[in-house]
Amino acid sequence: MVEKTPVLDLFTYVVLIFGVVLVGFPILYALIAATLSLDEVSRVPMSMIPGDQLFNNMQEAWSRGHLGTQMLNSFIMAMGITFGKIIVSLFGAFSIVYFDYRFRTLAFATVFCTLMLPIEVRILPTYEMAANIFGPLQSVWDALGLDGIVSWFAQHEVKVTLEFSLLDSYAGLILPLIASATCTFLFRQFFLTIPEELCEAAKMDGASPMTFFWKILLPLSKTNIAALVVIEFVYGWNQYLWPLLITTNARMTTAVIGLQHLLPSPEDPPNWHIAMAGALIVMLPPILVVLCMQRWFVKGLVEREK
Amino acid sequence: MKKRAFFKSRSLPYLLILPQLLITLTFFYWPAAQGVIASFQLSDPFGFRTRFVWFDNFIALFRDPLYLKSILITLFFSGSVALISISCGLFLATMANRALRFTTLTRTLLIWPYAIAPAISGILWLFLLHPSYGVVAIALNKWFGLDWNPLLESSHAMLLVVMASAWKNISYNFVFFLAGLQAVPHSLIEAAAMDGASPFRRFWAITFPMLSPTLFFVTVMTIIFSFFESFGIIHAVTQGGPGGSTNILVYKVYQDGFIGLNLGSSSAQSVVLMVLIIVITALQFKYVERKVQYTG
Repeated sequence: MVEKTPVLDLFTYVVLIFGVVLVGFPILYALIAATLSLDEVSRVPMSMIPGDQLFNNMQEAWSRGHLGTQMLNSFIMAMGITFGKIIVSLFGAFSIVYFDYRFRTLAFATVFCTLMLPIEVRILPTYEMAANIFGPLQSVWDALGLDGIVSWFAQHEVKVTLEFSLLDSYAGLILPLIASATCTFLFRQFFLTIPEELCEAAKMDGASPMTFFWKILLPLSKTNIAALVVIEFVYGWNQYLWPLLITTNARMTTAVIGLQHLLPSPEDPPNWHIAMAGALIVMLPPILVVLCMQRWFVKGLVEREK
Repeated sequence: MKKRAFFKSRSLPYLLILPQLLITLTFFYWPAAQGVIASFQLSDPFGFRTRFVWFDNFIALFRDPLYLKSILITLFFSGSVALISISCGLFLATMANRALRFTTLTRTLLIWPYAIAPAISGILWLFLLHPSYGVVAIALNKWFGLDWNPLLESSHAMLLVVMASAWKNISYNFVFFLAGLQAVPHSLIEAAAMDGASPFRRFWAITFPMLSPTLFFVTVMTIIFSFFESFGIIHAVTQGGPGGSTNILVYKVYQDGFIGLNLGSSSAQSVVLMVLIIVITALQFKYVERKVQYTG
């Protein structure tokens, strides 16, 4: 700092330690509860000295909450959203920035507008859409009166019903959440900062657009991709409303939703040690990803929003 | 848009943007349009018959005391979450920025609630504040004689969801404030110090004004979080109760639409939320655009 201010420095460290403890306390409390037995966790007040039941409790939570299947579902969903979004967005941004074509601005505007509406505000119709992905086609079919034409040809009444449901499927969990522009927007901004000369040079060397994309653009985007992997993995893993709606089957639901079933209801014994053990298991993957990739993540998070 | 060294191709650019457009049209524009149409319709719960009723759903909505109450609840909830998480985030970031040697360490120690699902944050706080087993509830009872029960008492339930949401948000805000603080030129601070400005004066006269874009951005993001992503907290912890006291707008959309099967009203509520979020986002872009050049 600029000058010596011992009192202020001391204050700084006291506040920071206090802040870290305050932010960490709910986790610490959960961690301690997860190491206790039912007897110990229901003693009032709960012991603040960790017990030795952590492993047992985690096993119990794992089997009772079907966490094996659900963690796998969460993992597939999070990875699907992460890589789906990144791949779709890389191609989209590449198209918008590096090509000259008629509907370029329109395409960008179409994608850009989705920045504004999170899935939470269009849950019902999106659910209907997922329940029958051919809904729009059916509407067009009906509007054109094609049933009549087909019936005329077939010489008898024909009713065509187009139906394909994404409920309780990985596609249903993943696809609707890929429809967002944040990544496209970030890649577009990043591509715009890459010197034009690179592209000129590549063209002069006779590189095709896709060669330029794979050999130059993709390697340059590595940092951004790494940051987005963290952000989107956390986003995907922690989704709540959408998996709640689209899955009815306990075997298709995600871990964050399934955790609810480990919570003790008033009639049950107070199995908070199991619930907390389960919570720790479910929160671990995104925390690990964030902590391990902190450097890229912070850079990406902050730059993404600029 | 800045001039780029463009490739020319008849079909490739369309092919590249096609997946994004397809997904966007299918899961974004079509449902959004359907939602807007449904908000002008009245249908029976099984969707057999629909009638076009213009703005009736909206009129009914703004005459519904439960909806008006939900608006007030949401405003209070978002305001409290924003106030707590922004002030704590800024305060901690300022301190972390002062503790030069430990900046990375404190960041590591403070960052991870960002990675925790809102619903899990809700569950952790539910346990912490549980009337029979939560250490905080027991302490409140023992020391202040307060009969703490968020499962029955409206104001306690509200406090619980506010705490869980604010806690989850502190780390996100902290990261942005710390980045903002580290971008303030050191020479400015040093010059002010040489002119005899105290650390507090330097903060208010130099650092804080330079942080204002970050502050604005963080405020918008926190409001958006508390409007939408807090759904998980509400659903996992209070289910909108007790007595509708934590029934924030987004939870009400879900409850009226999926549980009450009142499609017209739920759609109208969605449209109100859409307009609200469009206004907030547009404001953000308008304001931030002046600070940062998007189009390069």
